[in-house]
Amino acid sequence: MSPTILEIKNLTVELDKEKIIDNFSFSVQQGDIVAILGPNGAGKTVLLRTLLGLMPFSGQVSWLKPLRKGYVPQRLPLVKGIPITVAEFFKLKGIKNYQESEESVLRSVGLEKGILKRPMNLLTPGQYQRTLMAWQLMSNPEVVFFDEPMEGIDVSGQQSIYRLLEKIHLEKNLTIFLVSHDLSVVYQFASKVICLSRNLVCAGMPKEALTAEMLGQLYGGETKFYQHHHD
Amino acid sequence: MTSHFLYSLVTGIFVGGIAGYLGTLMLLKKMTVAVDPLSHFVLPGVGLAVLMSFDPSLGAFASILLGVVAVWILETKTKLPTETLIAVLFTAGVAIALLIAPSGSLEEIFTGDILLIGPWSAGIAAAASLLIFFVLQKIYSKIILMEISEDLAKMEGVNTKKYLLVYLIALALVVALEVKLVGGLMTAALVAVPAVTARLLSRNLRQYAVLGIVFGIVFSVAGILLSQAISQPAGILITLTAVTVFMVVFLLKSLALRKS
Repeated sequence: MSPTILEIKNLTVELDKEKIIDNFSFSVQQGDIVAILGPNGAGKTVLLRTLLGLMPFSGQVSWLKPLRKGYVPQRLPLVKGIPITVAEFFKLKGIKNYQESEESVLRSVGLEKGILKRPMNLLTPGQYQRTLMAWQLMSNPEVVFFDEPMEGIDVSGQQSIYRLLEKIHLEKNLTIFLVSHDLSVVYQFASKVICLSRNLVCAGMPKEALTAEMLGQLYGGETKFYQHHHD
Repeated sequence: MTSHFLYSLVTGIFVGGIAGYLGTLMLLKKMTVAVDPLSHFVLPGVGLAVLMSFDPSLGAFASILLGVVAVWILETKTKLPTETLIAVLFTAGVAIALLIAPSGSLEEIFTGDILLIGPWSAGIAAAASLLIFFVLQKIYSKIILMEISEDLAKMEGVNTKKYLLVYLIALALVVALEVKLVGGLMTAALVAVPAVTARLLSRNLRQYAVLGIVFGIVFSVAGILLSQAISQPAGILITLTAVTVFMVVFLLKSLALRKS
């Protein structure tokens, strides 16, 4: 079994005095793909940002060794106001952590070298998302956090980005956190799942944690449907 | 007269350049909220300086430093609606300036007076502009990254609060330097207009920054030359030159886009 890299104990996160995450414990092994599932407003992004150290919390979030982390935020607005090319965007990262050539990183996310000269505001949503991924992969991270990476990307684009994620995962034994509300994605890719909803948290392997009852609770309405069905 | 002209020209070149450069950062959305209250917050300071006859730039810097601290605290500590605060600061600034300014000096406060520029203040303006340039150059990419995403910047280990403060102090200094050139009411002309004009014409960050500097210099030098020619205050002419060039570039670009 792979070594444990993240230990979460009794994590509680409050936002404007409202408990978003309440007394949550979980552990993550190296190479896990952890899907964070739940309806809108359930606190998926909050959990992600907490794990990244971008939010105050109580409880314990311990990374068992220092790891290089990458983050692709949700719906990062297209950079419109700033005339900046992809190459210049990569330069913002600073050379310090630079471990791979731009070209090979671009290739790994399925982009051509020619894109470096393009202004960011002329990229398609798919190219933009891949550029953000490449930006993160540039510093050779060991853990990557994706917050709904498929927002605004058409279905075929989504498929190829998921294939890409799988490929990178295999090649580099990356640990991946993936926020999604797409169930099929979870079954297809995740080795672990965390589901969040108001006053409800489930966690574990997808097939065990995501019982019909749990899904019903997670997504409201369906609960009644299942109960009705059994009567 | 000729030496005064020379001093004001030197001041115009340096201050125009640095204002244009700073403006390219300021156009970014998070920062624009800081521009308005700050530029108008110079007014009471300038008024006080005129009243007590010391250097208007000093008065401007003192009062704007207050504004900087206020904005920084608001940006980092509270969730107060910034627009509301802009309105409060702006009107307060103008009202206090009108109250304390000696009668007959309003024009000087609002539009600046390049005849006040001597060899010393020209030298200080040039030196300060260069210094600010080097500081801004160091923080430029960090501020851009903060603008694209504060989370990404934090992930890269950027101390966002610190950079915001450095940036705001640079802004305070630039606005204070500008006061002699364009007065307390039109400081935005040399900060915002070169940057918006540059943005229309540039495809990448480098062009954008360089063009911002170039337009800043061109606008202020053109304004000063015009002011010599037609004996009107340089501040007004710098502002009008800037706005005119922006509008021409805007129209030409719209036409070019329609054709293509």
